[in-house]
Amino acid sequence: MFSSETVIHPPGSSPKERELRTYRWPEEGLAVIPDWIYTSQAIYDREMESIFRGRTWNYVALEAEIPKPGDYLRSYVGATPVVVAREQDGSVHVFENRCAHRGVEFCRQARGNASEFVCPYHQWSYDLSGNLQGIPFKRGVKGEKDSGMPAGFRTEDHGLCKLEVRILHGVVFATFARDMESVETYLGAEILKDFEVVFKDRKPRILGYYRNELPGNWKLYHENLKDPYHATLLHSFLVTFGLMVAGNKSKMIADPSGRHGTMASAKSDDVMKAVDAETQQQMRSFRTDLKLADRRFLEFMREFDSPWSVTMQTIWPNLIVQRELNTLGVRQIVPNGPHSMIMMWTMFGYEDDSEEMTRHRLRQGNLMGPSGFLGLEDNEAIKFLQEGVRRSPGERGVLLLGGTNEGTADTLASEASIRAMYRNYREVMGL
Amino acid sequence: MMIAGYEIAAIEARAAREARADIEDFHNLYCNTLDLGDLALWPDFFTEDALYVVIARENVEANLPAGLVYAEGRAMIRDRAFAVKNTMMFAPRYLQHFVSNVTVLSIAGEQIRSQSHYLLLQTLVEGPTTIQQAGRYYDTFVRGGKQLLLKERRCVYDTTLIANDLVMPV
Repeated sequence: MFSSETVIHPPGSSPKERELRTYRWPEEGLAVIPDWIYTSQAIYDREMESIFRGRTWNYVALEAEIPKPGDYLRSYVGATPVVVAREQDGSVHVFENRCAHRGVEFCRQARGNASEFVCPYHQWSYDLSGNLQGIPFKRGVKGEKDSGMPAGFRTEDHGLCKLEVRILHGVVFATFARDMESVETYLGAEILKDFEVVFKDRKPRILGYYRNELPGNWKLYHENLKDPYHATLLHSFLVTFGLMVAGNKSKMIADPSGRHGTMASAKSDDVMKAVDAETQQQMRSFRTDLKLADRRFLEFMREFDSPWSVTMQTIWPNLIVQRELNTLGVRQIVPNGPHSMIMMWTMFGYEDDSEEMTRHRLRQGNLMGPSGFLGLEDNEAIKFLQEGVRRSPGERGVLLLGGTNEGTADTLASEASIRAMYRNYREVMGL
Repeated sequence: MMIAGYEIAAIEARAAREARADIEDFHNLYCNTLDLGDLALWPDFFTEDALYVVIARENVEANLPAGLVYAEGRAMIRDRAFAVKNTMMFAPRYLQHFVSNVTVLSIAGEQIRSQSHYLLLQTLVEGPTTIQQAGRYYDTFVRGGKQLLLKERRCVYDTTLIANDLVMPV
């Protein structure tokens, strides 16, 4: 069911809502997280302004989705609908999907090719860069008084709201901020490294899309992928087949700002050999009775120059880059009020993949996504968390794993990256 | 939308009616099995080399292959059945499949192709009954002894925006 179909204690009925100025982060600092960052509309509104419309680079598309001039797609920056379009000269433009006249969300097709955009309501037309081109009856109806636009009306003052755009290794980012640092600088060297493993000098080939509503606060998705602790406990598949196991080589990497992260782990072939009995016992999800009938599914074709078999990158504020064995994808987070987010998944391989490699990626795709062996467990867990903080009168969660460390951690049993993220969040939000 | 191989061919009316009756029997048994939660029996509806895919209509229309579920062969179908039944963590739920508009597309020897509409309703604990998916089955059956077996089932769903996740087989 969608969150809007909730009958008992639906979103929006939160008794925890207060005025923005009365919210104070608890004295214990980052050892606790107050529930209201997940439930408050006032906090959400400030996030939209200070984060998504603030000094961040937001993922909007892969260039491979819009290879030809005139190609376009619908996308989002935060909750704001935008259009990503490729001009005749090959340049990529991002502008709000909102007609400058009356505010109509004019672009309705998910993807397509066009020579211009025409608002269906009054047929104002825009070029592929978002400039206003034509207005019907601009000069009025011939012979009629007070007809048409005033004499001083200038079309160049009424284009679509445009965003700054940068493309890094085929990944398109946009921002509402002006004079932003480069995307490379924004990501930082630690994050750029694993980002480049997936994208640099590679040409993605789109394999398909998934979309789902996830009835949880958008920050929970970042937390989930900065939380290697859950990975080995919730996900039987990861543990049993050695994709990520406590005691194996793994790392939770944070950039110096704390915003971004890379959860990385190296699959070992005989996974449990290296893990002692006590560690095994702690992992209840380790199932000796789980054996695959078709082993092809978990084969790992070594194709990357990286020590890691999995890197899950959280790129603040709205991008996840997934490289799990040979399954690749980007996930775009679209916040949808405090209690909901929309996830837009783009799965891809590479242009030089053989037919068999493509099929291998498709088979392995069963791990992730809204029906993935791992993927759906995260969706369920995040939903349960949101219901807990929305419905129960409790006030806070605890973030004590790994002590007070913030940032990169070499152990899975640490929440240091989540604390780093919230240090940055508190600064940006003034909390 | 058209999937190559699933065009409507001219079929003799009596043969089409007989095939449709067999397919409807198959759907009834298949849905009953899933809706009662007998996932261990689910792989038995397929041939050894079967393809089972649950895929968004937008992907089919754009000629993109990625499915939410993509199983090549009964072994992969069995793995999913086992995982859903035994290892995956999700909230308890009831499902009801409704299948209609069964149309026989072609009959070639022992192979029958058909399309059917489906509606998948889901009920969560303390939740309302909601539409989880609306879509179509594109099926290729073969006769395995007396009963039909699926050699291919493509579940193409219109419900592009999935409500959280899709746990149970379609």
